[in-house]
Amino acid sequence: MSVDAATVRRIAHLARIAVKEDEVAHLQGELNAMLAFVEQLSEVNVDGVEPMTSVTPMAMKMRTDVVTDGDNPEAVLANAPQSDDGFYLVPKVIE
Amino acid sequence: MTELTELTLAEARDRLRAKDISAVELAQAHGAAMEKARALNAYVLETPERAIEMAKTSDARIAKGEAGPLEGIPLAVKDLFATKGVRTTACSHILDNFVPTYESTVTSQLWRDGAVLLGKTNNDEFAMGSSNETSFFGPVISPWRRDGANTELVPGGSSGGSAAAVAAQLCLGATGTDTGGSIRQPAAFTGTVGIKPTYGRCSRWGIVAFASSLDQAGPFTKTVRDAAIMLRSMAGPDAKDTTCADLPVPDYEAAVGKSVKGLRIGIPKEYRLDGMPAEIEKIWQQGCEWLKSAGAELVDVSLPHTKYALPAYYIVAPAEASSNLARYDGVRYGLRAPGRDITEMYENTRSEGFGAEVRRRVMIGTYVLSAGYYDAYYLRAQKVRTLIKRDFEACFEQGVHAMLTPATPSAAFGIGEKGGADPVEMYLNDVFTVTVNMAGLPGLAVPAGRDGQGLPLGLQLIGRPFDEETLFSLGAVVEREAGRFTPKVWW
Repeated sequence: MSVDAATVRRIAHLARIAVKEDEVAHLQGELNAMLAFVEQLSEVNVDGVEPMTSVTPMAMKMRTDVVTDGDNPEAVLANAPQSDDGFYLVPKVIE
Repeated sequence: MTELTELTLAEARDRLRAKDISAVELAQAHGAAMEKARALNAYVLETPERAIEMAKTSDARIAKGEAGPLEGIPLAVKDLFATKGVRTTACSHILDNFVPTYESTVTSQLWRDGAVLLGKTNNDEFAMGSSNETSFFGPVISPWRRDGANTELVPGGSSGGSAAAVAAQLCLGATGTDTGGSIRQPAAFTGTVGIKPTYGRCSRWGIVAFASSLDQAGPFTKTVRDAAIMLRSMAGPDAKDTTCADLPVPDYEAAVGKSVKGLRIGIPKEYRLDGMPAEIEKIWQQGCEWLKSAGAELVDVSLPHTKYALPAYYIVAPAEASSNLARYDGVRYGLRAPGRDITEMYENTRSEGFGAEVRRRVMIGTYVLSAGYYDAYYLRAQKVRTLIKRDFEACFEQGVHAMLTPATPSAAFGIGEKGGADPVEMYLNDVFTVTVNMAGLPGLAVPAGRDGQGLPLGLQLIGRPFDEETLFSLGAVVEREAGRFTPKVWW
């Protein structure tokens, strides 16, 4: 399988990465090189094989349902590019 | 002062305990070495004042007889580990102003045991690379050069700064992370010892996530014993990471020097690649003979799905990365580039903040997870991963205790030499290491010799799950025969 220019633009948008028009052809070439490389997996017989979900057999750890963290808005917001009065600031979301 | 930087971690520990040297002296000597070696670009942040403060505390604890296992030992930390109050960037522009308000579990355990922070080391951006050339802070220059040449070589990656810092004696040990070979490949390129423990042995909490089902932390050191000492502090259960194993941590150091008599060592035939340099083949053969004369039994084994590990990895790892890196949105931390609306702000931020390799991997990951392609790519890759793991299990069930393979398909290459036209050329570096991540097993890289141009070459030992001890015993045999490798100072 390979991707065309329209697919490259669609993937970029899905990944929320702005791509300039003059970068599309180059990216298309790189993505197709990767896809050509992984193509060899199609020759493996995977009939009846379970997909791996956990590399070491382990039961998901459970913890008591209690508050273990929180009440620290200053630390949470310390690295925010823009914040005000305990909130993150973002560009307008609703038209 | 220079001789203090030539000590191994174990020697420094013993001399500190004997009060023969002080932690402050040791920190100062390494601080001076670090400053003199800036041409290597191994550190992206030096923290000399903090090092002296921590060393003073260590000296006080040693005086009171309260020394921890790593008391006063100056270490470097890969910039992927969150360090409280100390800038942590993953060497990405998108995080270049990020100062964590928390400490990663692994580093907090190092400080608990008395270690001293010298600074943060360079790495490939978000650990995506095999040469340390994708870092926003520029490439690391290897302290190694070919005999009679001054071509700048890569230290390997992604943990290239940590490997270079240990090789150039700018610290007594350093942390790394390994998703597809990012500890073992740079260790092999720089003549240092590096171990990727079993998946779940070290907590991933507070480590910048790349591919969560593959990422593991581990140490870089000058010797096998040092790696055993350092891993003991890094490993252990952590309630904050649900994939971290609830298993006690053995005294790994006790395994160093232990007899390997009677151990069955698998030699996987699929690791004998067409076109592999004769020097790699020779060093592998040499390693086999060393283990044999130490009493181990060599057995030919087969891991039939080996060739599919790398392509499966380049689906699984980018898929997980595309999910993990979704958090860099210009809202909660890091860079923000303006946009007319929120979507454009996200897109501009991520376009400006991510480098070319990261962007490529996030996009391929997004593609293989997207509607209509998930089954063909991601699901199939996860099934292949099951087959890769079964290959190893079948060998272990037949009584194989560990396997011996080359660590890398070549010695270190020059900066700018690989991956320029085709990204896959660079990926092939990890052909021997990536299987181990796919199967969640422990892997130790140990220096074994030099090539015809004087560059170090390493061997890899692969173990059963949670049996790092056997790797340390076997690694110590290789080390005893091969000796240690230190680059000549030119910087």
